Amino acid sequence: MQIKVNGVQHTFNGDPEMPLLWYLRDELGLTGTKFGCGIALCGACTVHQNGEAVRSCVVVMRAVAGAEITTIEGLAANGGLHPVQQAWMRVNVPQCGYCQPGQIMEAAALLNNQKKPTDQQIDEAMAGNICRCGTYQRIRAAIKMAAEGPV
Amino acid sequence: MNLIENVSRRSFLKGMVSTGALVLGACYYPDLLSANGLPKDTQADRATLHPNMFIGIDTDGTVYIVAHRSEMGTGIRTSLPLVVADELDADWKRVKIDQAIGDPRYDDQNTDGSHSIRSFYDVMRQAGANARLMLIQAASQQWSVASGECVTDLHVVVHRPTGRRLGYGELAAVASKLPVPKQEQLQLKSKGSWRYIGKGMPSIDLEELCNGKAVYGMDAHVDGMVYASIEHPPVLGGKVKSYDDKEALKVTGVRQTIAIDPFKPPPAFQPLGGVAVIADNTWAAFQGRKKLKVVWDNGPNETYDSTQYKKELQETARKPAKVIRSEGDVDSAFAKGGKIMEAEYYVPLLAHASMEPMVAVAEFRDGKVTAWAPTQNPQAVQDIVSTELGIAKENVICHVTLLGGGFGRKSKPDYVAEAAVLSKKLGRPVKVIWTREDDVKFDYYNAVAAMYMRAALGADGKPSAWLQRSVFPPITSIFDVDAVYGDPSHLQQGWTDIPFDLPNLRVENGAAKAHVRIGWLRSVANIYHAFAVQSFADELAHAVGRDPLDYLLDLIGTPRILNLKNTEYPNYGAAYDKYPADTGRLRRVTEMVAEKAGWGKRKLGKGAGLGIAAHRSFLTYVATVVEVEVNDQGEIKIPRVDTAVDAGLVVNPEITRAQFEGAAVFGTSVAKTGEITATKGAINQSNFSDYPVARINEAPLQTNVYIVDSSAPPAGVGEPGVPPFVAAFCNAIYAATGKRIRELPTKNAKLT
Repeated sequence: MQIKVNGVQHTFNGDPEMPLLWYLRDELGLTGTKFGCGIALCGACTVHQNGEAVRSCVVVMRAVAGAEITTIEGLAANGGLHPVQQAWMRVNVPQCGYCQPGQIMEAAALLNNQKKPTDQQIDEAMAGNICRCGTYQRIRAAIKMAAEGPV
Repeated sequence: MNLIENVSRRSFLKGMVSTGALVLGACYYPDLLSANGLPKDTQADRATLHPNMFIGIDTDGTVYIVAHRSEMGTGIRTSLPLVVADELDADWKRVKIDQAIGDPRYDDQNTDGSHSIRSFYDVMRQAGANARLMLIQAASQQWSVASGECVTDLHVVVHRPTGRRLGYGELAAVASKLPVPKQEQLQLKSKGSWRYIGKGMPSIDLEELCNGKAVYGMDAHVDGMVYASIEHPPVLGGKVKSYDDKEALKVTGVRQTIAIDPFKPPPAFQPLGGVAVIADNTWAAFQGRKKLKVVWDNGPNETYDSTQYKKELQETARKPAKVIRSEGDVDSAFAKGGKIMEAEYYVPLLAHASMEPMVAVAEFRDGKVTAWAPTQNPQAVQDIVSTELGIAKENVICHVTLLGGGFGRKSKPDYVAEAAVLSKKLGRPVKVIWTREDDVKFDYYNAVAAMYMRAALGADGKPSAWLQRSVFPPITSIFDVDAVYGDPSHLQQGWTDIPFDLPNLRVENGAAKAHVRIGWLRSVANIYHAFAVQSFADELAHAVGRDPLDYLLDLIGTPRILNLKNTEYPNYGAAYDKYPADTGRLRRVTEMVAEKAGWGKRKLGKGAGLGIAAHRSFLTYVATVVEVEVNDQGEIKIPRVDTAVDAGLVVNPEITRAQFEGAAVFGTSVAKTGEITATKGAINQSNFSDYPVARINEAPLQTNVYIVDSSAPPAGVGEPGVPPFVAAFCNAIYAATGKRIRELPTKNAKLT
């Protein structure tokens, strides 16, 4: 099967039931996408499938045949920083940082669909992404900053 | 270094390998400020000028600073090097951070107990001053002028009379030929000329934390490595009776299975034992594991049932126990009568649930182990791996990756030992990956605790007698299976050092045997002790019709240094004269937070209430006001938290604020949902489904942090925010609903 990851076409011949997460991490070496729970409860593994946020720990390879996948490594054009990443830095969001690629991918997808999200819309979109360090207040601030336009 | 070594060794013999138990004074460590005989592990070691263990300066002006503590989100990899850079007068933009391997020559590397800044602040300043002086001496030699005529400016030495300048890079080679200055020659910068201390800098890793390039233990990779997932005995101390791996071996990508020996008690940091499935990738290892059929001998802990155990703890708490502090005459004071108040509090086992589950890569080759691990304690990795494999400690090289959260769990390197054991058996590098289920079920849990409180209130409403008793399985049980009483390093945590002005006080501790591994978790025993003390204070205030803030201030009393002579009080490993328990400072943060939070003045909505609590832990004074809103369904929202902090000198204020914001969220999880239970010795919870932690929609909406401007010596900031939050949260629920929370988590309470 064919799969496009961060604009690069790949051929996959392995176990079609393997979750995308492990293909990205163990086979492509794209380790920015994290393993947190394995059952779509924490959001650390969030990537974009054709522009929508999905949990790569439960999306199996069979389901992404022909899809375009974007990971944290491919979020920004030209190797720079996406406006969400820039806002994240401005607000000093990360503590340990492990969940942040997933948070950023989720937030970027939210802002694609909702240019100026309210607190409640942020809650609804981001409630699937756990941060054990507790950076939520800054995540909220960074999403609002990114929504205001280029940082 | 000899004093340090002696003290920590003595502590170890007593089984006190504990949070903050190491005594690290503000003394000068000759060994740390010498680079003699070091392996060339870091860029700093290889740099042209390498005056001490923490600094290297190359001829291009690059300054390498060694971070010997582990980065798990507290910013320590930034803040300690920042202290060095300040004293060195280095340009932060030209500083690169080297992460140290585990090496006892760095002294203590166990990044726990919120003591990294406190223990190494002076050493880091001296390290920076030491290199700065050498650069000045090199410049004076170049210019043939007196060194007293030379000063440093940002990354340059300046000859004051002539204005000549030489960059640090230009001076590195000459400086490297000079003798390392003696301590008495060093001159530390005055506070007024600090560049970074007290101002701070963002995390050195910030960009990589945002672009996915940061390397955690989960991301460590060694060519040729295989992946292992381990089926552990479901009950602590259990053993494999037999197993069938036929189906597991049929899974594509699975190579083989390997039995790992059970540990010999006490568990300490040994592997738990079980059966490892070895595969070509993580997924195959997980799948193979699901197909394993293992028959277990569960051993004696099979009788452990957390519901029954809770009753036993509570029974113990109701009976006289070991007296650990006594002031005045409590029994006589109770006999005199007054309004008698009694309350019992309970906090269950808690899991750490760092976002990155336990993981490590290890390679055994030619009698040596190289490990890459997200560990809070690389020297403990050296210890346990050398013991498990029967090799010398110096033959264990532990590289410390970033940690995807630690919270105390990753100070216990059982998972790294597993990777090393498997690598030796397989003869190739192995990556051990725990699932979330493994993480939740095989943690070193924060102790379950039952507290009994009793006070007699006089006519003035103040306590004339106070008795408090806590019962919890001690952390020392992981080192000594017979340990049933708390040790001083945990009894001190908000218990023997109760900050109230009590003429008649007795503090007791009852016995409890552990049936799971007990360990340190962010703020440790302070969680349950502060919950009991600060909730009981609130109960007493309401019982006598007083405002909880006013009553709390009355209990704290006039500013004084607590006299703790009648108890064994380690003071988190710090000298008591340098870091005394000062009720004046506790009082100040309490008054400050009340004012900032608008206590007594704020208009609150329907179902809303404010709670307050104040607590000293890890030598830091914190007071917190929590606002909750409880709706008709009993759901709790936290619109606002205010917290005032006196941590002495604060090196990095922005990162410190973030720690207290995070502590409020961590505290939310502890208070609302944190609960580990066991049936027939096995843990019932498994993942975020049944061990939920706070999400964005449940966390405090706004946490305001106020840092007291203090010139007192620096104290901890990673942990101290949690204990007062939990108590203030529960007090707020009472204010909002009239329902008193005496057992955590609140998800089990009926609030409607």
